[in-house]
Amino acid sequence: MSAFHNALFQLALPEIILAVAALAVLSVDLLVLRTRAIRVRAAVATALASGGCALAMVRIFFAAHSANVMDGMLLATPLIQLVQVALLLMAILTLYVAVDSTFSEHVGEFILIVLLATAGMMFMVASHNVLVIFVSLELVSLALYVMTGFDKRSPRSAEAALKYFLFGGMSAGFLLYGFSLLYGLSNSTNLSQIALAVQGRPLNPLLIIALVTTVIGFGFKVAAAPLHFWAPDAYEGAPLPAAAFIASSSKIASFFTFYTVMTLGFAGVEGVAWPHGSAGWVPMLALVAAASMILGNVAALAQSSVRRLLAYSAVGHAGYMLLAIVSHSQTSLAALIYYVITYALTTLGAFAAVGVVQEATGGDQLNDFDGLSRRSPVLSACLFIFLLSLAGIPPLAGFFGKFYLFFSALQSAPRPLGLIWLVALAIAMSAVSLYYYLQVLKRVYVTPPAADAQKICVPWLRMAVVVSLAAATLLLGAAPHILLRWILLAGVQ
Amino acid sequence: MNGCPCISVLTAIPVIGAVVVLLARNRNRRMTRWLALGFSLLSLAMTLLIWHYFNSASGAMQFQEQHAWVAMLGAEYRVGIDGLGLLMLLLSAIVVPIAMAASWQIEDRVPLYFSLVLLLQACLFGTFTALNFFHWFIFWELGLIPAFFLIKIWGGPKRTAAATQFLVYTMVGSVAMLLSFLALFLAVHTFDFATLAQLAQGGQLMPAVVAKLSTHRLIPHHLAMWIFAGVFLGFAVKVPILPFHTWLPIAYSEAPTGTTILLTGAMSKMGLYGILRILLPIFGEQMQRVSTPLLWMAVATIVLSGYSALAQKDMKRIFAYSSINHLGYCLLAIFAVVKFTGNDAGLLTQKYAAMNGAMLQMFNHGLTAAAVFWFIALLEKRSGGLQGRNDFGGLRKVVPVMAGLMGIALFSSLGLPGLNGFVGEFLIFKGVFPLAGWAAALSVLGLLVTAVFILGVIQRVFTGQLNPRWAAMPDLTTAERMALAPVIALMFAVGLYPQMLLAMVNSTAMQIVQQVRLAF
Amino acid sequence: MMVAWTIYISFLGALALLLMPKGNAAAARIVALLTALAGFALALAAFCTHRSGEMLTVTRVPWIPSLGIEYHLAADGISLTLVLLTGVIAVAGILFSWNVALRTQEFFAFYLLLIGAVYGVFLSYDLFLLFVFYEIVIIPKYFLIAIWGSTRREYGAMKLALYSFVGSAMVLIGLIAAFVVSGAKSMALGDLAGYAFPAHFQMWAFPLVFVGFGILAGLWPFHTWAPTGHVAAPTAASMLLAGVVMKLGAYGCLRVAMTLFPLGLNSWGFHVLGLGSWRDVFAVLAVIGIVYGAMVALVQRDFKFVIGYSSVSHMGFILLGLMTLNQIGLSGAVLQMVSHGILAGLMFAVVGRMVYERTHTRDLKILSGFNLNHAIPFAAVVFVIAGMGSMGLPGLSGFVAEMMIVIGAWRAFPLLAVCVGVGIVVGVAYIWRAMQKAFFAEPEMVLETHEPLAAISIPEKLGAMILIAASVAVGLYPQMLLRVIVPALNSPLFEGLRKGNWQ
Repeated sequence: MSAFHNALFQLALPEIILAVAALAVLSVDLLVLRTRAIRVRAAVATALASGGCALAMVRIFFAAHSANVMDGMLLATPLIQLVQVALLLMAILTLYVAVDSTFSEHVGEFILIVLLATAGMMFMVASHNVLVIFVSLELVSLALYVMTGFDKRSPRSAEAALKYFLFGGMSAGFLLYGFSLLYGLSNSTNLSQIALAVQGRPLNPLLIIALVTTVIGFGFKVAAAPLHFWAPDAYEGAPLPAAAFIASSSKIASFFTFYTVMTLGFAGVEGVAWPHGSAGWVPMLALVAAASMILGNVAALAQSSVRRLLAYSAVGHAGYMLLAIVSHSQTSLAALIYYVITYALTTLGAFAAVGVVQEATGGDQLNDFDGLSRRSPVLSACLFIFLLSLAGIPPLAGFFGKFYLFFSALQSAPRPLGLIWLVALAIAMSAVSLYYYLQVLKRVYVTPPAADAQKICVPWLRMAVVVSLAAATLLLGAAPHILLRWILLAGVQ
Repeated sequence: MNGCPCISVLTAIPVIGAVVVLLARNRNRRMTRWLALGFSLLSLAMTLLIWHYFNSASGAMQFQEQHAWVAMLGAEYRVGIDGLGLLMLLLSAIVVPIAMAASWQIEDRVPLYFSLVLLLQACLFGTFTALNFFHWFIFWELGLIPAFFLIKIWGGPKRTAAATQFLVYTMVGSVAMLLSFLALFLAVHTFDFATLAQLAQGGQLMPAVVAKLSTHRLIPHHLAMWIFAGVFLGFAVKVPILPFHTWLPIAYSEAPTGTTILLTGAMSKMGLYGILRILLPIFGEQMQRVSTPLLWMAVATIVLSGYSALAQKDMKRIFAYSSINHLGYCLLAIFAVVKFTGNDAGLLTQKYAAMNGAMLQMFNHGLTAAAVFWFIALLEKRSGGLQGRNDFGGLRKVVPVMAGLMGIALFSSLGLPGLNGFVGEFLIFKGVFPLAGWAAALSVLGLLVTAVFILGVIQRVFTGQLNPRWAAMPDLTTAERMALAPVIALMFAVGLYPQMLLAMVNSTAMQIVQQVRLAF
Repeated sequence: MMVAWTIYISFLGALALLLMPKGNAAAARIVALLTALAGFALALAAFCTHRSGEMLTVTRVPWIPSLGIEYHLAADGISLTLVLLTGVIAVAGILFSWNVALRTQEFFAFYLLLIGAVYGVFLSYDLFLLFVFYEIVIIPKYFLIAIWGSTRREYGAMKLALYSFVGSAMVLIGLIAAFVVSGAKSMALGDLAGYAFPAHFQMWAFPLVFVGFGILAGLWPFHTWAPTGHVAAPTAASMLLAGVVMKLGAYGCLRVAMTLFPLGLNSWGFHVLGLGSWRDVFAVLAVIGIVYGAMVALVQRDFKFVIGYSSVSHMGFILLGLMTLNQIGLSGAVLQMVSHGILAGLMFAVVGRMVYERTHTRDLKILSGFNLNHAIPFAAVVFVIAGMGSMGLPGLSGFVAEMMIVIGAWRAFPLLAVCVGVGIVVGVAYIWRAMQKAFFAEPEMVLETHEPLAAISIPEKLGAMILIAASVAVGLYPQMLLRVIVPALNSPLFEGLRKGNWQ
């Protein structure tokens, strides 16, 4: 038994470090720094928290690259470790963005929530057991609900949190129900064994229900249509660092887990989307992907709030990423990871920039961005990079992500070019997205600033984060091989 | 002398002159005019030099220069002259100074005017010496531009309409010609006139065209006629041949008189030159097929334009129609030459005569018309812009010298023996009567009508009651007399001793006729 | 090789301009001009030293090895010709923008960025790289028009950006599909061109990619962005757009669509409305573009719209030349790319810079009142020369190019050649009408109340001289371009196109 406990400890050490760091932050904040100024408390807490994350990252680098505890309850593969490192990086960046925020006095609590959410995500991606996945998913979700409602001065924040919670709770219920059906069908909670049990047989109505509910559960997490209704409110109402965190980190974890569950757990019941269509989860996901792409991009056209625009565009991007799951091959997994990581980096940067504007002008409407290029050239340039990367303009990261994603989709269907209609739809929707991203950039660069506009001063840490994210976007776009090589090396399984 | 690129030099002189005149723009106007005139006289000297070294006995191309240009298109820079070319060069070199002299009184933007005239001269030289369609067409088209602007900027009240009509008609004709030549190129991959002529005479041209193009749903033997029609249209507009002449009267009357001289003296000859150089050798067979309708067109041109001249009151219009009429005689001769005559040697000689007459008439008409319009310009200068036949009267009493000299020019236009106008017409009729008697007979009407309206002009302008308005009209100045003298002298010289020109063109005329004959 | 530096210098120039302290417009202009001149000098040097006309690699570095994508630049005769054109237009455009006072640095920065990306497209050998540069072109274009443009600039800019993006989206689908079908080993032009794609694949990939590039090339009926965009753009941007960027589309049609999928041009085996293959379809669309563009230009009230539609008409010539599939037609098409680039640049310069910025109107009726041939005679002369070139007057570059295309068309589609003749005649008409109304109006229409117009400045004169000299040089001695274009067309790259029908 101690061997087992030892293995578990070794494997879970990064998460344990995070938890310890979280508790340390809370204690220091509540006990030692109670009476200091917020800035000091925030600085210390962030330093502690980022130290913890960094430590966790180091631990992962030195950990064994292949481990498996209790038959898939928790495991480590190079790919999983890569994703965990990415999650930790996102957490650090989010914390740096949050350092100067003024939405709450409960600094320690907020950081605790962030770290716990990260730990939950790390567990989620490292497991092939449906129960562990569900529990970690709940940990993450609860943390995110709380984060969303953290701004007690803002009714919108509360409203967003409530919507998120209700919606999320319901989806979680569906997910659990589905998982329990799977257990019933296969007498196991391990994904691979579930797959063995359900494949080969003609489609059972229970299996179909399980499929549908799983898709509902994860679809909600990734904000895919028609389960995206929480997203615009959450992105707009939540305090900025929370929204940024939801938009970036949770996407990485959710998509990776979604992929794992579908391809591992339901292997064998994929079905075919085109040309003849046979039942399975692939046609269902293809429909969801198409709906997300269309709905997300078209709805974004009508938005006047930039954060809501980013929310709907996130729905669109979720659609693109679902394409990778639909095509379920090694290449598409690599494409998915590349895309979601670069998307997370870019979105985090975009939110940080939008946050600066919101704090300076009091709102995030399009007219608050008028003439931004005169008021803060560097910030505008970074926003320029982020939005064009989201649109898919080379030589930025978003372009290569899309290219690789579409390439993998076309290459891997049972017949090459089988998914071409979906890819064509994705590319067409990208064209639509260019319109609304350019609308924002038009405000930034073309429209003259309002008469009373002044220069915007950006706190140095936030600026450093934004600039480095922009640089990363540019670098990963011009030399995608830096990240891709890593992913492919990790993913060769 | 054959080693020197004389023709290129000759063509370059007016171009250089145009640039120099334009750049010296801010000096005084007198100097600009004299500078331009100087360049045109330089060209004249060069032309005379070329004549001196020209071998009149041979009908072949001399002074040839050949350089590759765009190999892919079969375009070469190839120039050369035979008798006909030399005659036209000489005509251009004489007409341009006359035109400049007649434009002496223009005050508005003088450097631009004279440089445009020089550019036009360069285009004329280029057209008359080019032996490859690509490069010939460049000069043909480029010549339109100075002419268009000369009419448009310095012309009379209706100049826009005149310039536009001129441009549009000529452009349409040129495009048709271009399309036809492109079809030929497609078939035989050459733009060289000599090669095309050879192929035509060997009977190989049209079959090659038909073979290449008729796969695309066009009827074979109509194809040849369509291509011919395209080229013919281009020239018909330029000469002009009825009914493509309607651009001419308004263009001639609205243009400043110096430009009219250029139009009638030299540019109209471009059309006839083209017919002789291109249409006849290459499309002889097609022309022969439609020789009767062509003759009818020539007759109509002669007779109807003559009657139209009779009805005009504006002197420039009278002589515009008169130009059409005179050139109609050349057409008559050329179209008669195309008639089939078998092996009859006597008829062959008549053809030679007709061809010689046509060429001579081209030169003579150019000279005479230039002179007549010059006198009209002089009248305009003295009358403050009036040019109507009825505006004057009895001028013989006040300006006897001018009346006398203008009378000489007018009689030459009428065709009085002893003056140059007679020789050409005589030879033409001599040649055409045996070949197409009916056509010649009908054309005599044209001669009669010409006499009527020219005498009418003389009577109304110079004889009769002196119009009191012009009682103080100044006669010709010394400068004008000295300028006119050589022209008048030339008229007499050619009239009394036509051999000097006939020697130049005879061999070429014979060769052209022979080439056509061989095609039958 | 040095010619790759045309790209890098332009990008570096753009960066330098962005980093310069604001407010120093004069320095910005000098920097921009020097950069453009350097680029032009490099292009000229590369052009003159190019011997054989075949594809010579400039730079080749692995980029994304797992996908077989390389950063591979190469140049053959066609690329170098177009690079040279870009150099000339770049320099001339900067000269004509000498008076831009609003946000001068940003203007020239976007301009140089655009130039660098255009150089990139022409020099790319790897198709992924070509696509990257092709997309990069869209963004500076948008901002140049949206910020510094005139009539309806935001709308025009967005329309242009979206149309271009849709076009490139279509190309992307085709490219990825080709990459996948060929085994995803390489995206080099030579490799993909040599791969034998199945005939039915080529039959749909070809029109997709051709139309994708064709949108940017002004293929009728996808041309509607062009007049709006050109009119909205500031002068230098219009010169670049009509002069060079539209040629990117045509270049893409030739270099990518026709090279990779030559079987797509084959006969379908059945006929629809008399058309039996994509080749027939696009040839007919091209001729419709020629005639339609000319006829619509004839009735425009706005001077710049006349030139905008004339661009559509001239691009029709290029596309027709491409569809003739014989050597003379294709060479004529490339030559027309150069010729129209220069002439369109010249005409937009006159209309935009010389006339509009002085008279503040482009309405032909109102312009008639200015008596422009007396007020700014230099502009009148330049427009006459440019207009003559546009009409196809011999001696300028348009004549040889159009003649070669018509000859090629005679061979391939004789009936269409006749329609082209109609287009040429209408071409004369609309140029004449615009010239007449704007510069040489009747004296009765002149109003004396206008203030005297500013004289034509030195940079404008320089720019005009450069362009006129270029057009005359090409018109009188087209051999200097043909000597590299023709061998390039004969290279193994175009093997699939030739199929023994080469004439």
